[in-house]
Amino acid sequence: MLKIENLQASIGEKQILKGINLEVKPGEVHAIMGPNGSGKSTLASVLAGRQDYEITGGSVEFDGKDLLEMAPEERAAEGIFLAFQYPVEIPGVSTTNFLKTALNEIRKYQGQEPLDAVSFLKRMKEKMKLVNIDQSLLSRSLNEGFSGGEKKRNEVFQMAMLEPKLGILDETDSGLDIDALRIVAEGVNTLRDGQRSFIVVTHYQRLLDYIVPDFVHVLYKGRIVKSGTKELALELEEKGYDWIKAEVDELV
Amino acid sequence: MTTPIDFKAQLIAEFQLNETRLNGESRSPLHQRRRLALTRFEQLGFPTIKNEEWKYSNVKNLISQPFSLTPPASVTAEDLSSLQIPNLTGNILYFINGQFQPQLSTIVSPESDVVILPFAEAAKRFPEVVETHFGAYADDEKDAFTALNTAFAQHGVFISVPKGKVVEEPVVLRFIADARTENVAVQPRNLILLGERAEIKVAESFRTLGEFTSFTNIVTEASLGENSHLEYYKVQDETEKAFHIGTTQIHHSQSSQSYGTTVTINGGFVRNNLNLVMGGENVEAHLYGLYLPNGRQHIDNHTLVDHAQPNSYSNELYKGILFDQSTGVFNGKIFVREDAQKTNAYQSCKNVLASGDATMNTKPQLEIYADDVKCSHGTTTGQMDEEALFYLQSRGIPKDKARALLMLAFAEDVVEKIKIPAIQEYLESAITRKVGEI
Ligand SMILES: Nc1ncnc2c1ncn2[C@@H]1O[C@H](COP(=O)(O)OP(=O)(O)OP(=O)(O)O)[C@@H](O)[C@H]1O
Ligand SMILES: [Mg+2]
Repeated sequence: MLKIENLQASIGEKQILKGINLEVKPGEVHAIMGPNGSGKSTLASVLAGRQDYEITGGSVEFDGKDLLEMAPEERAAEGIFLAFQYPVEIPGVSTTNFLKTALNEIRKYQGQEPLDAVSFLKRMKEKMKLVNIDQSLLSRSLNEGFSGGEKKRNEVFQMAMLEPKLGILDETDSGLDIDALRIVAEGVNTLRDGQRSFIVVTHYQRLLDYIVPDFVHVLYKGRIVKSGTKELALELEEKGYDWIKAEVDELV
Repeated sequence: MTTPIDFKAQLIAEFQLNETRLNGESRSPLHQRRRLALTRFEQLGFPTIKNEEWKYSNVKNLISQPFSLTPPASVTAEDLSSLQIPNLTGNILYFINGQFQPQLSTIVSPESDVVILPFAEAAKRFPEVVETHFGAYADDEKDAFTALNTAFAQHGVFISVPKGKVVEEPVVLRFIADARTENVAVQPRNLILLGERAEIKVAESFRTLGEFTSFTNIVTEASLGENSHLEYYKVQDETEKAFHIGTTQIHHSQSSQSYGTTVTINGGFVRNNLNLVMGGENVEAHLYGLYLPNGRQHIDNHTLVDHAQPNSYSNELYKGILFDQSTGVFNGKIFVREDAQKTNAYQSCKNVLASGDATMNTKPQLEIYADDVKCSHGTTTGQMDEEALFYLQSRGIPKDKARALLMLAFAEDVVEKIKIPAIQEYLESAITRKVGEI
């Protein structure tokens, strides 16, 4: 489904991604961990199509198509969804208000008829229940005055609404209280249907107790320096990153 | 060879010609007031950019064009079909080239609730009232355009709401400049009087027909009795060849409230002055503005809030989105006079430059002579929020649509202040169309 080969990206003079290789197959969940500033959000942003980064090498294929050629909205329509680490505030635009446009634009791209108001509302209700989010929150200006947890829950709600093929969750767990974490994780698990894939960026093993990954990768200094199964996350939780950093830095 | 236009001389000659036709009426106090205004206009002359108030708005192009000062007003309902505001109901008055068109207009409110008359007719029916209020508020000593309008005041509307009356139906004044066959200059003059506790909504809407140049020089004076409430809206959607200079002067008595909202969708060269005087205590005033110039359009909003008495509140929010090579000006003056203790005055002006070639000039001017006051002002001028744009795109919304969505949301803060649903909807669709097309 997603095939990243030797991906390199920089911002200004600074190279941040230094050759990422990653393949995600349908239905798989990949966790990406790694120290602060190692490039996790950069990778997520590059996949979603943020323009600030210059791609200096490598390729990304999504369902056989060149992802790097596409505008962000095309990527969304092809089935990529990014739950932002820091969701932006948009005064005057409510979630309900833009999601309808978003959903129908995606449907248009896919050659489907727009969703009528009734079906849209039905879908809203269903997905609201999934992440336990309130209608009043969805009618307010997007993220304006939302608590940290509300912002994250809203991201997952949007993902549920848009039903992407690949969901990229960038630290969706940070800022969530214990109950919310469970609810959000269960929401994600409901979306796991054997076809839909996820890349889950997190600092905490706890999330991976709920969303059990098929693979765990450690990103450090712009490279995936270690990959393993869910046991790797447990090991990291226990030992921290120093031993990996030492291994890598020794090689350099 | 063409001789250069001397617009000032042409106007003065026109005034004198009119005067010879007055047949005795020239002695009337009303005409004496006009004559005084003409003298002032003669002395002032048209402002140049050396005048601080006109620094960014050069009227040179305006005054070097030939205009018909007495354009005909022959427009049929059919001609106006493209200018309709869908679902608009209430008192709707049409003015073609300044002249009231009874056959196109509808007045639904009973005269016991509100007197709505063409200005000239009001001057005949209620001479004392008109003489008392006409020219009593708008400053024609320093403002040449107000002086000029006062000198030529003849067309326009007189609206008077008696004590205690709440007018349910809005009054919508539709000023259509008919520039289909020649350049036209029109000078409407409105007078709005609210008795104690009276309430009304008045909207002025400006449109142009045709490809020639139009020049509208309008003055609206409003006097608000104690505890009265005025909703005043000015909505402009004129052509790129339209010049518009307007002053709205609101005089507040004790405990009165005004909500003034000015929305400029299109216009060639626009200058709006909204001036408020707090002539009593406990006044509440809200001033909102929105401007969306594109091409080479120039939109200038000057506001003046004169806190002459204590314990009053004013709140101001102007917003602009500027496209292409357009220019915008916001000049917001707040006076807090020595006696005006416990004044609360807020002002904010926010602009988005949607093009690198657009220019916005903002100038907040706070002059505070009292010590126990709360005042704040802030202006921002920046680019479109790229983060927000990316966010919406990442949800599948194409860039152009995402941009339009953000602009509409930005504008909505002001548009929602217009409490006439049909006009609000009309503006929303006009803005959607405009930001979508650019
Ligand atoms: N716009 C930018 N300008 C300059 N440097 C940037 C910019 N964006 C990211 N970086 C740098 O790139 C590096 C990687 O950042 P990134 O946000 O991808 O890290 P991360 O792995 O997501 O970290 P965290 O765990 O703290 O979220 C950091 O050193 C960061 O400062
Ligand atoms: Mg990050």
